[in-house]
Amino acid sequence: MIQWGFNINQPRAINLDKNDRLVADRILEQMPELEACIACGSCTATCTAGNLTSFNFRKVHTLVRRGEYKGAYEEMNKCMLCGKCRLVCPRGINTRGVVLLIKQELGDY
Amino acid sequence: MSHKVIVVGGGIAGMQTALSLAERGIQPLLLEKSERIGGKLTGWHQLFPSFTPASEVLGDLSARLKDSGAEVRTNSEVRKIDKQGVELTDGTSLEADAVVVCSGFDLFNARLKEEYGYGIYPNVYTSADLEAMFNENRVLTAEGKKPQRIALLHCVGSRDEKVGQRHCSRVCCITGVKQAIELKKLYPTADIYNFYMDIRMFGPGYEEMYRQAQQEYGIHFVRGRISEASETIDHRVQIKAEDTLVGRPLKMTVDMLILLIGMKPGESNRRFAENSAIKLAPSNFVQPHDSFLHNVCSEAPNIFYAGTVTAPKNVGESLNEAITAADRVAQYLSARQ
Repeated sequence: MIQWGFNINQPRAINLDKNDRLVADRILEQMPELEACIACGSCTATCTAGNLTSFNFRKVHTLVRRGEYKGAYEEMNKCMLCGKCRLVCPRGINTRGVVLLIKQELGDY
Repeated sequence: MSHKVIVVGGGIAGMQTALSLAERGIQPLLLEKSERIGGKLTGWHQLFPSFTPASEVLGDLSARLKDSGAEVRTNSEVRKIDKQGVELTDGTSLEADAVVVCSGFDLFNARLKEEYGYGIYPNVYTSADLEAMFNENRVLTAEGKKPQRIALLHCVGSRDEKVGQRHCSRVCCITGVKQAIELKKLYPTADIYNFYMDIRMFGPGYEEMYRQAQQEYGIHFVRGRISEASETIDHRVQIKAEDTLVGRPLKMTVDMLILLIGMKPGESNRRFAENSAIKLAPSNFVQPHDSFLHNVCSEAPNIFYAGTVTAPKNVGESLNEAITAADRVAQYLSARQ
């Protein structure tokens, strides 16, 4: 078959009409403080894993809260649970707990 | 000895100015262009951050104003202000020893942001419309249904050069948080989203209220300005934005879209500025003599300002300025004797 070099891309938009927020709501129910994130990025700035890999904790948990679960478990596996992010979070969020919670809720996703 | 001081505008700043003048033994004349005093606050339901009913503040202020014996004239619109007094739109000239300008602000006309569909799609409302709905105790979609998904858009007519509003209107951020909580209290199962550029929580208790909205009420905040709204076949509103914190486009359909409209400089500011003692800032709000020691003063010794005529302010700030202005009027009058 001749390869013309064309293909079809999946839409990149986060579609909140289609995303199932069930897991996100369950995570927020157990950890309501996560909703208080102001996206300052200090967790990501201090992250040991983020310094060496593409892991971005702020971005991954924001996507999970929007119902975008794909790849989140694998991303969270990059975390070494050192807990530095928890020390710097100005909103006092138990960030390490968030990592564990997302892994627990999305383990079989 | 009693002097005559004209207070232009019967909103809360004007009411408090007249009241404070009367308490100092100075005879004020309060001029209001519409048929009743109270200004914009008469259309508001509850005030941030304490959810105090606006009617409570207005009721108290009105009662004290009445008791003070201050003269109030409604249906009296001021055309011109000068050192001798004011001229009304019907041609009447009124003399005064001093004038305090409390003519306030105008609400931004949301139709100018046509991409949001206000006045075109029935389920797009302004923050002022929502306050009226709260007052009528009837917050329903245009079809009379209970909304299950609501989006509030911050900065409509604020920080927007395209509509000539470069300034930040300050109070809309906290109004958006307040209205989101009120909606959540009314409809606990509804999903409520606030779309913002920055969240500016400048007052005492505001930041705490923002956190409460996030953590206790589960209100969602998406950083990104809605770029456009369009109507679906069932009259819901589809919105598009960028979720800038993850760098991806986002779209969703809501039952109601609330536009948090900003404070615009009062229409009368330009007219008043024909008097060279009254200067306009680049924003077209009135420019006080300076921002520190003379923030209620004009370039003339007997013309003063109070409230949102000079910049967007909240209720408490406007009332404080009114008291300051009355104080400065009293100082001016006693120094002149």
